[in-house]
Amino acid sequence: MAANNYRHALFCAIVTLIISFPILGFNLEAKGINITLTGATTSTIIAVILAAVAVFVFQAFRDSFMVMLGKLPNLNPLAGKEPMEQSKRVKLESWVLTGIVVFALFWPFLVSRGSVDLATLVLIYIMLALGLNVVVGLAGLLDLGYVAFYAVGAYTFALLSQYIGISFWMALPIGALLAGLTGMILGFPVLRLRGDYLAIVTLGFGEIIRILLNNWTTLTGGPNGIGGIPEPTLFGMEFGRRIKEEGNTSFHETFGIAYSGEHKVIFLYLIALVLAVITALIIRRFMRMPVGRAWEALREDEIAARSLGLSRTAVKLSAFTIGAFFAGFAGTVFASKQGFISPESFVFLESAIILAIVVLGGMGSQLGVILAAIAVTILPELAREFSEYRMLIFGAAMVLMMVWRPQGLLPMRRIHITLNKQG
Amino acid sequence: MLEVQNLSMRFGGLLAVDGVSLDVKEREIVSIIGPNGAGKTTVFNCMSGFYKPSGGKIIFEGREVQGIPDYKISRLGMVRTFQHVRLFTQMSVVENLLVAQHRHLNTNMLAGLFGTPNYKERERKALDRAAYWLERVGLLDLANRDAGNLAYGQQRRLEIARCMVTEPKLLMLDEPAAGLNPAETKELNQLIVSLKEDYNVSVVLIEHDMSLVMDISDRINVINQGRPLASGTPEEIRHNDDVINAYLGEA
Ligand SMILES: Nc1ncnc2c1ncn2[C@@H]1O[C@H](COP(=O)(O)OP(=O)(O)O)[C@@H](O)[C@H]1O
Ligand SMILES: [Mg+2]
Repeated sequence: MAANNYRHALFCAIVTLIISFPILGFNLEAKGINITLTGATTSTIIAVILAAVAVFVFQAFRDSFMVMLGKLPNLNPLAGKEPMEQSKRVKLESWVLTGIVVFALFWPFLVSRGSVDLATLVLIYIMLALGLNVVVGLAGLLDLGYVAFYAVGAYTFALLSQYIGISFWMALPIGALLAGLTGMILGFPVLRLRGDYLAIVTLGFGEIIRILLNNWTTLTGGPNGIGGIPEPTLFGMEFGRRIKEEGNTSFHETFGIAYSGEHKVIFLYLIALVLAVITALIIRRFMRMPVGRAWEALREDEIAARSLGLSRTAVKLSAFTIGAFFAGFAGTVFASKQGFISPESFVFLESAIILAIVVLGGMGSQLGVILAAIAVTILPELAREFSEYRMLIFGAAMVLMMVWRPQGLLPMRRIHITLNKQG
Repeated sequence: MLEVQNLSMRFGGLLAVDGVSLDVKEREIVSIIGPNGAGKTTVFNCMSGFYKPSGGKIIFEGREVQGIPDYKISRLGMVRTFQHVRLFTQMSVVENLLVAQHRHLNTNMLAGLFGTPNYKERERKALDRAAYWLERVGLLDLANRDAGNLAYGQQRRLEIARCMVTEPKLLMLDEPAAGLNPAETKELNQLIVSLKEDYNVSVVLIEHDMSLVMDISDRINVINQGRPLASGTPEEIRHNDDVINAYLGEA
């Protein structure tokens, strides 16, 4: 047992060395037109070795560390609390959600343009996380390539606007449907895989789509991306200083107010807000529909579900497709907000962040996911000095979550239909 | 309505089921008995599509069904329970019954999103059917509890109700009386007979409780170490020498 522990610890330490040495141990230096490889300073090498030692110590005594961590109940404010009754919880949750939405409606008129812009991004993440929540939280499918569908939505809008000049409102359903279709096509062959295998294959798909976007330069512009993506219009009114599209009018001229760059930002924010609310409402509805029950049943006991006539593939595919659909939704909004997209925006890190939001929020719980999305996007902005350590803090937070509260901050209890007839 | 011919199932070197045949007619209760490890559950697993049999045929209503995926078998009207109860423990009792009626519901997503009259109507019918069966097995008062919180005997009954809401033609029960007290076993006895008499369901029953088996079976099949040992009416089985030696004699 103990020997086994040490062997495992040694193995982890060596892996740490193998991974970190080539990355940190060498520097590329440009001398004139040549690039030479030089060794790093002694201090870096010492740091790498120290890190390996730390990994060794931690792995060797992991069990006792974990027990110690678990014994810090003061740090876990929600330990040992009974879950609330369903009717009470549902009421409270809808009040809180309504409150958040009402607040979010008025808030942009009170704050700076930068804050509104950031809030739009938060809303996009909320849409993404709500969608991924269906896949991971409700259907129990670990999808590590979710960002692929986000990319499909964004690129659909970018390409269609570039080649046939389509507007935001047309692109929104098209992007979402195409993303959903992609989800269905990719999902069909892989959904019979289980757990870890599914995670790895979806991770691969995410990367394949990104690499495709990067290399199909004739169509997508490759790493240079696509620019000039139009902003949304309001009944044919544009928000720019000058009208870009013929036949459109301009918002500030129509209403006879002075042009302000803020209008556009606030308008986009409001669109994102409405779409996020729609996303949340639709998914809420799904959860109470037969398909929502099927997701939960299949997650709980697949064999029993199949014995009752539920097709595993069909049920899982529906979750995968719906998740992808909302990612496409979010992607279209993102493309419109940025005005420019490139494969850079759709790296694995994005999938990881969205997944972190879902896990932190409590898989399946909508309120939890919304709060987590706000925290995960805004906290790093508030603490910019720490931005280099963002991933480190993320990782630590995830590990602590798994130890203290594996069910997430606000764990989900799906709303159950009740039978009112008695006797 | 169901004919199993010469069924065999091999796991690596182990021939768990070897040449078992079975014949179930409309409105009949047919039991499979045999010592532990005889291969009874394996026969069920083949019939319900969980295993693809290594040999033999399973004919349900004139159609060969061996090797068809499990969920399709269930949709044909052959539904089973499990030796170790498998409920959706985190879902409420009534929701367990709604999941089972998936096929009867309007699963069109748009219909559900917009709450069309057809969708609501079917959802209401499903709730009614669930309420009916909960009443029938005496669980109506517990409809909104989590299924995992039910007592063992209640869980067993819920599992049978969950099969019945799918409106099966053939019900396969794997040791439904295991772990029940005598009073509960008696209730179960009446329930199974009523399923046959009042709902026209055929039943294949795996059971160790001999009084239950002898009482309600129309015919009994005995298997031993994967091979058929005897078959016949309860009376014939009771007096069959092979059976007495191999199985009943021990008890
Ligand atoms: N999936 C399986 N893999 C390997 N062996 C199995 C499997 N299922 C059942 N068996 C074996 O088949 C034999 C019959 O088991 P089973 O059908 O469960 O018996 P019974 O239900 O009559 O008690 C046992 O020896 C068991 O170990
Ligand atoms: Mg068995």
